[in-house]
Amino acid sequence: MNVAGVLEKTGAWLLRQLTTLGHATSFFVDLVRHAPGSLRRFGLTIAQIHSIGNRSLIIIAASGATVGLVLALQGYITLSRYGQAASLGLLVALAMVREMGPVITALLYAGRAGTSLTAEIGLMKAGEQLAAMEMMAVDPRTRVLAPRFIAGIISMPLLAAIFSAVGVIAAYVVGVIMIGIDPGQFWSQMQDGVDVFSDIGNGVVKTIVFGIASTFIALYIGYESEATPEGVAQATTQTVVVSSLTVLSLDFILTALMFSTK
Amino acid sequence: MAQKKTETLVGLFVVLGLLAILFLALKAANLASFSLDSTYTLQARFDNIGGLKVRAPVKSAGVTVGRIESIAFDNKTFQGLVTMQIDRRYQFPLDTSAKILTAGLLGDQYVGLDPGGDEKNLQPGDTIKLVQSAVVLENLIGQFLYSKAAETPKEGAGKK
Repeated sequence: MNVAGVLEKTGAWLLRQLTTLGHATSFFVDLVRHAPGSLRRFGLTIAQIHSIGNRSLIIIAASGATVGLVLALQGYITLSRYGQAASLGLLVALAMVREMGPVITALLYAGRAGTSLTAEIGLMKAGEQLAAMEMMAVDPRTRVLAPRFIAGIISMPLLAAIFSAVGVIAAYVVGVIMIGIDPGQFWSQMQDGVDVFSDIGNGVVKTIVFGIASTFIALYIGYESEATPEGVAQATTQTVVVSSLTVLSLDFILTALMFSTK
Repeated sequence: MAQKKTETLVGLFVVLGLLAILFLALKAANLASFSLDSTYTLQARFDNIGGLKVRAPVKSAGVTVGRIESIAFDNKTFQGLVTMQIDRRYQFPLDTSAKILTAGLLGDQYVGLDPGGDEKNLQPGDTIKLVQSAVVLENLIGQFLYSKAAETPKEGAGKK
């Protein structure tokens, strides 16, 4: 056990991570600086919203429906033990709007849109398209990176809202139509217990933060990937892993900040 | 042409997302009953506010007429100072009493207002004078045990 060698390697690793963090931060600042430019060329952003948002719609809606169904079934089993089956709507709505909507949408988004962004940017870099753009005095950050960043931030809250809404409707189908809970109690308990600003509003804030984080991570990893097929492939898996871990950690921090009982 | 189709689809997606948010806000949350009517402030001092939380409802005859805005500790009277926002549509007489009640047996606590018979009404910023604090379970149990203990020595003395 060469202790000095191990220490040296750990120190070098730490320095590498710090450098990556610094590089990533300057990349993030660049993205934010070039965002207004992409808002002026809104056509680019719209094309990106189509590729990120519209294309993810099916998987998000389907997942929302299934998660809503499962939550309703599982929730009913436990609630009916205490005779509180009428609160099923409240259970599903709170779970979806506060946690499941933002987090699961972010994870699916990282998997579907994040990987496509990483692969696209990585291949553009590998094919020297970005360098060619710079040669033509076209700033790739304004034309290529910032539109995707803005599109991600716009799409995430909308996707998460669709996820939660479809989930609540699916829970209604299971609870009221299949199991036979009273629809009036279903909706009134939900409306009584879900607050627009502290529950839905906080959920929207979470989705915006997750959108910024996952889109930024996807773009950065794509931008910094090796210009080889293996490099791009490794970058896409790295995006999913890093995005998912970041989203889950941010979720813990945001939940602790927002929903702590004072 | 492809540009126009893309834009239409994106517009549709944004509309769908906004509809989802609207559905959640109206059907799943309490936006529909979110009264934008103006409110006025009333205060009350309790010896023990129990489990009362901010944003708990203020009810009269079981109907929500307002919300708790803030709960503070009055260091001069050592009581809990509860500030309520009452809907301006509802006026209460001067001798209204405020009680801290529990929804159901183990539910959340709220403030119940019982109107009195005075002709004059409470003005914005007034303090409700007649209050009843929250029931503290430990005190109740203590009272019960004490009254039980007070009974038995008499029986024991009788039996001897």
